[in-house]
Amino acid sequence: MIRLSKNIIPSLTKTLLKTTNQNQSPSSLVFLHRQRLLSDSAASGKFSVKHEDIGRPLYFDAQATTPIDPRVLDAMLPYFVSYHGNPHSRTHAYGWESEAAVEKAREQVADLIGADPKEIIFTSGATESNNISVKGVARFYAPRKKHVVTTQIEHKCVLDSCRALEGEGFKITYLPVKENGIIDMKELEKALTPETSLVSIMTVNNEIGVMQPIAEIGALCKSKKVYFHTDAAQALGKVPINVNEMNIDLMSISGHKIYGPKGVGALYIRRRPRVRVEPIQSGGGQERGMRSGTVPTPLVVGLGAACEIAQREMAYDHAWMEKLSQIFLDKIYSKLTHVIRNGDAEQTYPGCINLSFAYVEGESLLMALKDIALSSGSACTSASLEPSYVLRAIGTDEDLAHSSIRFGLGRFTTIEEVDYTAEKTIKHVERLREMSPLWEMVQEGVDIKTIQWSQH
Amino acid sequence: MASSVTRREILSLYKLLLREADKFSNYNFRAYALRRVKDGFRDNKSLTEPKQIMKQYDFARENLAIIRRQIIVGDLYRTEKLVIESKQ
Repeated sequence: MIRLSKNIIPSLTKTLLKTTNQNQSPSSLVFLHRQRLLSDSAASGKFSVKHEDIGRPLYFDAQATTPIDPRVLDAMLPYFVSYHGNPHSRTHAYGWESEAAVEKAREQVADLIGADPKEIIFTSGATESNNISVKGVARFYAPRKKHVVTTQIEHKCVLDSCRALEGEGFKITYLPVKENGIIDMKELEKALTPETSLVSIMTVNNEIGVMQPIAEIGALCKSKKVYFHTDAAQALGKVPINVNEMNIDLMSISGHKIYGPKGVGALYIRRRPRVRVEPIQSGGGQERGMRSGTVPTPLVVGLGAACEIAQREMAYDHAWMEKLSQIFLDKIYSKLTHVIRNGDAEQTYPGCINLSFAYVEGESLLMALKDIALSSGSACTSASLEPSYVLRAIGTDEDLAHSSIRFGLGRFTTIEEVDYTAEKTIKHVERLREMSPLWEMVQEGVDIKTIQWSQH
Repeated sequence: MASSVTRREILSLYKLLLREADKFSNYNFRAYALRRVKDGFRDNKSLTEPKQIMKQYDFARENLAIIRRQIIVGDLYRTEKLVIESKQ
């Protein structure tokens, strides 16, 4: 993967630069990407696998990011083009109109999760929201409570925030998860002590799509008087969430996972009973002092519009996801054996399908499936060849962890795309297995696990 | 706004929406818009309350305006076609 990007990125940059130069002539008003940009550079690369189709790859990485919904962009554009005021300017109309737009967006976000608009803080994304929640709550309540509970399958930004807290003398419990990726409620209950200030558990996992029992965790935390934070970046707008019914005290929200813009997110923070955090960023005291810095009006308007659409379309989108994932899995299972679905098959978000194809090396399969934009796991760690820590946490064997691929479906995925992807996957898994001596042994009935490999 | 809308007006709006949605240069947006318009009209087929019908009619007209604007934006920044399109 690393070597591939080394080859492709410079050539891509070059072509992009060239196109920009060409466009400096005033006569060309339309920015046209050079035709066959990706396939050109890929075909010249020495890693090219012979394949017959030409064109841009299909997008199957909806957990990494989603395209902006045209309806969202339509709401944002006026704030890029016409209304540029600073929403914090109180002395003129430019400020007022931006402020009104920001407050409307705050209501749209609050509506989606059943909160009060005053409980929504705009941030730069879920990573920032997670940092403010984990570090902010832990540090604020540090004089009395110095213990935080989280899980082993959290997103990197939660785990790293916890690591930073450990350096400051906090005690952190990293809860293990069961083989299906769900936490054990008894383990969680055992982990809670009078010292515990915060429990941070994600709603839907970004790699394997499993959904934690958020309402149960919320009820438990409430009974033990511990604050409960959940990272809902992958869940918001896809599964119903109500902060009051589920007793959530803090929740991280991301814009670009729900067909909104990148670079914007939100934090829900409960007012009754009040949850207090120590701000990370110092400055003008915007967003009730918790997140200083000018609120980016166009992005926030986009987040608001994305939330409103998500609320309206949730049932419709969810039905579509279930239909597509059923078609996809039926196709794969009908043709291939030794395919393992990572994470629980029931308690899951159907748009995230993480499969391990035994006896096939994941990176080789990704290379072969060049026509499809896929990932073996989190985008943040996709540059490394290490198997995912999430898969290790659910006890996946090393070899299977290496052969996993995540198929991310979205609102704009079509049945034709799913069919194409399933067919290509089947074709290449069969091709790669035919080349594999291990697969041959399995066909002959040898149990791979019993082989004693000699060392040289 | 007028208090009621005729069956013919609804049908012509439906046809107009489909015709416009088909103009999206992006394959995925085009497919979604067509699917959403068809499903949206089908789901509201049984509405009888004039107020509800009017509300949905106005909503569809708003979306028609969005589709028209976004087709222009999409045309300004076209990309290469998807593998699945060049196959067809």
